[in-house]
Amino acid sequence: MVRSPLLRMIGRRLLAAAPGLIGVVVVTFLLNRALPGDPAAFFAGPAATQQAIAEIRTKLGLDRSLPEQFALYVRDLARGDLGHSLTTGQPVTADLLARLPASLELTLCGLVLAVSVALPLGILAATRPGSWIDHLARLLTTAGVSLPIFFTGLVLVYVFYYLLGWAPAPLGRLDAFSTPPRPVTRMFLIDSVLAGDGALFWATARQMILPAVTLALFAMAPIARMTRAAMLGVLASDFVRTARAAGLSRHTVMVTYALRNALLPVITLLGMVFSFLLGANVVVEKVFAWPGIGSYALEALIASDYAPVQGFVLAMASLYVLLNLLIDVLYGVIDARVRIET
Amino acid sequence: MTTVARVLTLILAASALAAPAAAQGRAETLVVLTEFGPNSMDIHGVGANFRAYGASWTLYDRLLSHGTKTLADGSRSYDHNVLKPELAESWTMAPDGMSVTFKLRKDAKFHDGSPVTARDVKWSFDRAVTVGGFPTFQMKAGSLEKPDQFVVVDDFTFRVTFLRKDKWTLPDLAVPVPVVINSTLARKNATDKDPWAMEWLKNNDAGGGAYRLESWKPGQETIYVRFDDWKSGPLPKIKRVIVREVPSAGNRRALLERGDADVSVDFPPRDVADMAKSGKLTVIGTPVENAVIYVGMNAKNPPFNNVKVRQAVAHVVPREKIFEASMFGRGVVLNTPVASNTPGHDPALWPYKHDRARARALLTEAGFPNGFETTLSFDIGNTTVYEPAAVILQEALAGIGIKTTINKITPANWRAALLKKDLPIFINQFGGWLNYPEYFFLWTYHGQNSLFNTSSYQNPEIDKLIEAAHQESDPKKYADLVRGFTRIAIADVPKVPLMQPNADVAMQKNVGGYQYWFHRQLDFRTLTKQ
Repeated sequence: MVRSPLLRMIGRRLLAAAPGLIGVVVVTFLLNRALPGDPAAFFAGPAATQQAIAEIRTKLGLDRSLPEQFALYVRDLARGDLGHSLTTGQPVTADLLARLPASLELTLCGLVLAVSVALPLGILAATRPGSWIDHLARLLTTAGVSLPIFFTGLVLVYVFYYLLGWAPAPLGRLDAFSTPPRPVTRMFLIDSVLAGDGALFWATARQMILPAVTLALFAMAPIARMTRAAMLGVLASDFVRTARAAGLSRHTVMVTYALRNALLPVITLLGMVFSFLLGANVVVEKVFAWPGIGSYALEALIASDYAPVQGFVLAMASLYVLLNLLIDVLYGVIDARVRIET
Repeated sequence: MTTVARVLTLILAASALAAPAAAQGRAETLVVLTEFGPNSMDIHGVGANFRAYGASWTLYDRLLSHGTKTLADGSRSYDHNVLKPELAESWTMAPDGMSVTFKLRKDAKFHDGSPVTARDVKWSFDRAVTVGGFPTFQMKAGSLEKPDQFVVVDDFTFRVTFLRKDKWTLPDLAVPVPVVINSTLARKNATDKDPWAMEWLKNNDAGGGAYRLESWKPGQETIYVRFDDWKSGPLPKIKRVIVREVPSAGNRRALLERGDADVSVDFPPRDVADMAKSGKLTVIGTPVENAVIYVGMNAKNPPFNNVKVRQAVAHVVPREKIFEASMFGRGVVLNTPVASNTPGHDPALWPYKHDRARARALLTEAGFPNGFETTLSFDIGNTTVYEPAAVILQEALAGIGIKTTINKITPANWRAALLKKDLPIFINQFGGWLNYPEYFFLWTYHGQNSLFNTSSYQNPEIDKLIEAAHQESDPKKYADLVRGFTRIAIADVPKVPLMQPNADVAMQKNVGGYQYWFHRQLDFRTLTKQ
């Protein structure tokens, strides 16, 4: 029925992802149960008796057998119900919907920032190997990979907030006295623009700067390195030499021929970097009190709170499936030789 | 370019307009930072966490409260010995001492404007003793166990009949659990499956306390606004309270020091000590009543089931060194199982001196001349305190031949490990809300073997003394009984007391009125901001 080869490819890829997602559901369920923690004991509170803990275990359904618990979990999942988080007291679906946009917004900002610095830097470093800009690129990339992300975050807060007072308080997405914009996308930057509220946009952007820079510093390293390496490879290739010999302008040679061909591995890498960043978010969210899904999952994991951890892993797995799909589609756009049917 | 310029102008203009309005709001608003926030607005809910108790304390009133006293360091504390009215205007004990009758305030209202009646009190207490888990357990601690103990006499008269005479009954009505809920509102939101409206009350406010819930974003922030019709006490000065969750202690400190927050709690002792020294902020620390950090030993399993082994350990525990390295002077060093501000505290009873030779002799008598190997466990949820303590203890134990491997346990597993009661030697703490030594001992040393008798210690002699002290009203005999069970606990030494933690809070110099409570939650009602 579907005519467009693109849509057909997307449909096929989504179908192919289904077994993987089912596997994720089973594995996270089992892994969670294999952890030695006891959520009933944890949530019975500081003054719990054996009896109180047993009552809570029954309430949580943890006294049932594993297959029984799994069947109930799958049944709820089919209804779109990911269960309840004990750490926040809310349905996991609601928590994820409220928090995923915060993480995505931060990750995307970090990625855009990283790309806009790392890509030109990589290109310049490749065209002028051994120059000061090449050394700068090397320095930045080495620093980026070698500094632990929480350390970068804390140093940035210390310098730009505590010492200099340039950055706003690391209090999450908005300072204590602003009200969030009417939720449309739940990404505050976009929503505040949609609401036409300039002050709010500025308030949101200010909060975004330090955490986004922290993420970007981490992400820049692989992007700049890969861009440089790919560009060097392409610039040394025959078709670039031919293009140069044919007297094409430097700009045409660089952008149309070299960059376009060098971008393919960079795009692949961007997909991976994006996934890394979602992972790195866990730490950045902690440092900046950012209410995203990373800090959410971490809190839940500490408390052996099964439902949110399962929901988080499932959400991440689905996100990766979509991301990979997007990258494959981008391949086709960048390089017509990559036929989407294959 | 013009569009960009226009947007920029708009932004600048808008932020210029917004600034004075925000400044005005700030004077009457208190910004409070915590490490984590509530997971429920209902203290009766399954798994309601520590901060949920604080939310409930803020939104709801109870029948009784406590008076206030000034401590030796000039800070203020609730007064354990003085009960005062909250929703109850007055109360009278029956001549036979088997019931108490409360007269309720006639002018008290819930946040929706409906009056507070004796029916609401009964519904709330029935709920607390019925739903199970923590609230039911806490009510039981004051011999409040059955719904038929709670009697509505008329709209504004409420009686509690006693199952037995228990001096903990009235104080137990002033702890955070027996809140008075708007029963009409709650019932409207109850279902057949959920007659106590557990689901609804988790996320909604049905209280009559000094503050209403303005908004709650779990994991982010809770905002309270003053309830101007509140009658159970003097109207609070602070109009609005914003509680933000900031997980990183370093950032909470930076926010305070930069003046972006008014009050913060949940600091490791080291940060508190630094802030106190710098003098830029007001730092108040109160030793938590009836709370003890201790080294526990398993009295049921070898090798620590041998009292001589435990005594040997007691002889070498370097508590001053541990206190210095882990608490940075915040708290109190303890060499008796009764906390420093709990009746019956007597440091003179402790016989163990730092004496390695005596410890080695005891180990030899116990049949371990060359020591033994074991694991030393602690909960990494409190790692800033426990980890240095464990390392120093490990070194001290090695000095008498007890080689230990340190076993760090995650918070989720810690309770499970305590439940199993098979940790050989460990660092842990316990605190009781009701500030009676026998209350503490009932949970931690009594043969009923509660979860907190982490050593599985059994001794019928100590059980008798604890129970007798609970019943005793004569001060002289009571003191003798307390001394009696303390002596046994020291001689058999299933736990070596180390220190008493502080409830520390840091705030701006212009914030006043802080008062310590046994439940360690902030009470916004007494706070002021100039």
